[in-house]
Amino acid sequence: MLACSLPRPTGRRRPEIRDPAPDLILPGSVPLPCAGRLPGNMITSSTVQILALLRSLFTRPVTEHLPRPPGSARLARFPGSVQLRHVDAGSCNGCELEIASAFGPVYDAERFGARLTASPRHADGVLVTGVVTRNMAVPLEKTLDAVPAPRVVVACGDCALGGGPFAGGYGVAGRAGAIAEPDIAIPGCPPDPVAITQALRALTGR
Amino acid sequence: MRASLAASAGVSLLQVGAAGIGGPLLYGLMAKVRARAEGRAGAPVRQPLLDLRKLLPKERIHATHSSAVLPLAPLVLIASTAVAVAITPLISTGPALGRTADVFVIVFLLLLGSVAVALGGLDAGTAFGGMGASRAMTIGALAEPALLVAVLALSIQARTSNLPGIVSATLAHPQWIASPERVLALFALVIVVFAETGRIPVDNPATHLELTMIHEAMVLEYAGPELALVTLGEAMRLGLLLSLVANLFFPWGIAATASVPRLVLGLAVLGAKTAAIAGVIAVVEVSAAKLRLFRVPEILAAAFVLAVLAVVTGLVMP
Amino acid sequence: MSAALFLGGLGLGAAGALAGAALPARARVPAAAVLTAGACIAAFAAAASVLASGGTITFRSAEILPLTGVSLSLDPLGAIFVITTAVVGLAVSCYASGYAASGGSGRTATALLPLFITSLLLVPAAASVATFMAAWELMALSSLLLLLTGHRRREARDAAQWYAGMTHVGAAAILLALVLISAHAGGQSFAAIRAHAGSLPPAVRSLAFLLALAGFASKAGAVPLHVWLPRAHPEAPGPVSALMSGAMVNLGIYGIVRTGDGLLGGGQMWWWLAVAGLGVVSALFGALHAAASSDLKRLLAYSTVDNMGIVLIGVGASGALAARGHGVLAALAMVAALFHVISHAAVKGCLFLGAGSVQHAAGTRDLDRLGGLLRRLPATATLFGIAALSICALPPFSGFAGEWLLLQALLRGFSGHSAATATALLAGVAALALTGGLTAAAFVKAFGIGFLGQPRTPSAEAAAEVTPAMVAGMALLAVPCLVLGAVPGAIVPLLVKASGTALGGTPPAPVRAGTGLAIAGSTDVIQPALLTAALIAALVLAWALVRARARAGARRAEAWACGRELQTARMQYTATSFAEPLQRVFEDVLRPDRDLDVSHLAESQYFEDAIAYSSRIDDAIERHWYRPLIGLVSRWGEVARRAQNGSMHRYLAYGLVALVVVLVLA
Repeated sequence: MLACSLPRPTGRRRPEIRDPAPDLILPGSVPLPCAGRLPGNMITSSTVQILALLRSLFTRPVTEHLPRPPGSARLARFPGSVQLRHVDAGSCNGCELEIASAFGPVYDAERFGARLTASPRHADGVLVTGVVTRNMAVPLEKTLDAVPAPRVVVACGDCALGGGPFAGGYGVAGRAGAIAEPDIAIPGCPPDPVAITQALRALTGR
Repeated sequence: MRASLAASAGVSLLQVGAAGIGGPLLYGLMAKVRARAEGRAGAPVRQPLLDLRKLLPKERIHATHSSAVLPLAPLVLIASTAVAVAITPLISTGPALGRTADVFVIVFLLLLGSVAVALGGLDAGTAFGGMGASRAMTIGALAEPALLVAVLALSIQARTSNLPGIVSATLAHPQWIASPERVLALFALVIVVFAETGRIPVDNPATHLELTMIHEAMVLEYAGPELALVTLGEAMRLGLLLSLVANLFFPWGIAATASVPRLVLGLAVLGAKTAAIAGVIAVVEVSAAKLRLFRVPEILAAAFVLAVLAVVTGLVMP
Repeated sequence: MSAALFLGGLGLGAAGALAGAALPARARVPAAAVLTAGACIAAFAAAASVLASGGTITFRSAEILPLTGVSLSLDPLGAIFVITTAVVGLAVSCYASGYAASGGSGRTATALLPLFITSLLLVPAAASVATFMAAWELMALSSLLLLLTGHRRREARDAAQWYAGMTHVGAAAILLALVLISAHAGGQSFAAIRAHAGSLPPAVRSLAFLLALAGFASKAGAVPLHVWLPRAHPEAPGPVSALMSGAMVNLGIYGIVRTGDGLLGGGQMWWWLAVAGLGVVSALFGALHAAASSDLKRLLAYSTVDNMGIVLIGVGASGALAARGHGVLAALAMVAALFHVISHAAVKGCLFLGAGSVQHAAGTRDLDRLGGLLRRLPATATLFGIAALSICALPPFSGFAGEWLLLQALLRGFSGHSAATATALLAGVAALALTGGLTAAAFVKAFGIGFLGQPRTPSAEAAAEVTPAMVAGMALLAVPCLVLGAVPGAIVPLLVKASGTALGGTPPAPVRAGTGLAIAGSTDVIQPALLTAALIAALVLAWALVRARARAGARRAEAWACGRELQTARMQYTATSFAEPLQRVFEDVLRPDRDLDVSHLAESQYFEDAIAYSSRIDDAIERHWYRPLIGLVSRWGEVARRAQNGSMHRYLAYGLVALVVVLVLA
């Protein structure tokens, strides 16, 4: 049985933690506001963690259902599975946060067969974010060259598509299209995780 | 004579095929358990098979300064793993050459695969390949004593190092399952399996940070079909190790004869056992953090101590 | 007939030495090589006939050595060592002809190498104390002089000093032991000694065995008497170090087996547990230092210490089991040890010849300065790779069959024995396991850093393939690696005969050798030939699948290095960095010597001018045991020097006092 109370943002006092065994909290660790209780008054944060993990194995996942984009099965370049190497060619990290969200529990792009890899040799293409700065122009080119054929370029965010707030700056070499024409464009500043997920689905056709 | 030769060859091919498909499925199962524990839907269990199918027609790329060792290493890995799978009693106690399936042969065939991948990593001529090879050989060197002494404990108890012999002896003496030397050897072997297959807490197979990679760093340079061979070889290795743990410690369900219904039952039981062990590994992976590289020798030394205790217990207690 | 063949072989060897010394420059090298090869082939044939028939060749002559005469007797145990030396000697003489022709060695080396090989062939056949010591000394002196051919380098002179000191202390110990038992036995021939072995008092036997063990173990490179090995083997020229590691260290093992089992008739259990203990320590120490070494030949030298430790584990287990009365198991352990001796000789000989070729072609043996040699020396590198895989005990090479036999011998010894034996066997298995892993790490480093990747220095980049004679020498030793790996059963019956001679008596064969190896009395069996065939078939099948799916060839592209603009050869891992994790784990044993030298600017102590860092791994035993001992001896020498003040009167007085003392005692 869980007694879970979320802290109220009063700003005056930290919320009182209803933990009946404070001596079990190790020095330096943050007491959880939400504590699970086992018989015998033994509470540790790792116990909570493992219990939560085991429980979520059997409950419904929080992932949202997304409708399949029309015609995707027919247009899929890499049916069933695509791996992309993400390259940050000078972005503000806004797009990276949205991409992380897209691969997170709510939008989970992995269930459609898409995955990010560490090495471009393992990838089918490059996922570019950010306006291409002078320092990143050569590395982006080398990364793209390292991807085995057949390959694809996915430009994510307005910066990569040539627009965005940094276009024309002194450190900017050009848009991603100056290195290679993107096959898939995901506009937005930053693009919605749903848009990113649906774009990846278009590659895998799932 | 010829019929039995054909039957055992058929069993071997069945085992290789089952490992070739079952290994990636085990990867997919572990990924699915991980995803569900994180609250995600996760990729389907057959996703690694789809990945392999996609990799096969892709372009092969070889580094400029590499030699013939780079493309040869995945071939040696998959050949040694396939031969080890073919001769080990996984589904049945009578695959081809199964009489010669000595437990030391399997251990050294797996070492051959590891050495091949390490040399392939060094041939790329990059810092990552060298780093991966160095760390992988260090961990392999420290896991080797625990592995050999743990199988020695089993061999002493069964009075043979022949794998079908150990399996048959365990089937004949079910009370051995609860004997202290078996339990200690099981713990030691499980820790070694984590080290040999490169799972958390020893190594994170899904990391993107090269400085935290151990196995992944050795295969950064492979593309297309060679990457598919390396991935498939590692998957078969995982399947082999989990099947060995399952069959040496809980051998019920293994087919004693080569009749088709028995083989199907053996395959199903083996699949269930390895799936269960893979599920446990996935739960451990999700709930533990990856160890610092220099803490890994401590856990391997613990495995070695457990294995030595297993041998000593087996000698002291009749 | 075979006696004539053996003696003819020895004569050809001596003739080769003369030819190398006397003939003019152009004829010298080929003549010496041909005569030495003939000597090896003749000795091989004689030893093979001894093994085939199971008999013995004897030869006695009272004229050759005054006062004692020469007595030779080649039985199956000695024949194994003669065969090993003959094969290694044949390969080395072929290699040395190419090495000398390309300017590697001069007249002294060409003359001494046949002499060295002849003495190596003579030692296993010696059948009296005098013959044995004469052959032993000849071996030591010829190898010392060969080591001194590099006398212009300070390291070579140092190595020769250590070698000379330790080999002569060892020879003194052996001489003392042999004299002790022959004095009690009343005759100096080995047959007489064996006949009287039972009547020796146990204290004398134990003392003699320990003295002999000290001398022979030092020659074999057992820790802690091994310190000459990592100095002498690297500094010797390529062919000489191959002979030293491939043939000379084996004779240490021969000496232990001959003294313990043959002369002293088996002995007590604790002798053999001591031998096994030495083996365990040597194996672990050698493997660890090999894994941490970045000098290619020093790595190989420590690997020799490791492998001789493994052989000593087998010999110790064999003796301990024989002392308990388990003849079949003892024979199995001895067969395993002898198989490992032969396999190691071929493998280590090939590796040292390869290292010699590398040093000749690239000018250095420092792994941190090599790289990319597989594309520049393809034949040498391929043969080195085969030998490296074999020494890691990987199937389907010969090292695996030896390792399997030894593991089986240790496994069988567990049931129903005392706690001491069980502990020793457990330590043996654990040592074998750990050294197996460390050896794999060491040789992945040696082959991967030295031969793969990009060349790290211009001299490595400029290396070119060596002469065909040198490649042929290596190939001759690589063939046994492959053949013995696929068909170990070919020599196992011969080893069973040899172990029968060593242990005395004829127990039933412990290993049945058909197409595979089967341990008698159990279901444990391996089929290396079928395993090899299966591996090759699987490899070909995988390759065909890859070629079938891939329509075009592979594209050559720059290696992936995170898109860096500049990627140089210096960015690769070096041997030192490869070994660093293992060095950290075993820091207490290795005790690296680190030196950080920071110099500051004159103007301010807060700004650094230069920082120099150096790290070295010395042999810990040499530093902590030998250097204090040498310091002690030299201080004692300083004290004793006061007795030598140059006065003739005082020296005459010394002589008078000594004469009086001897007269009183006698």
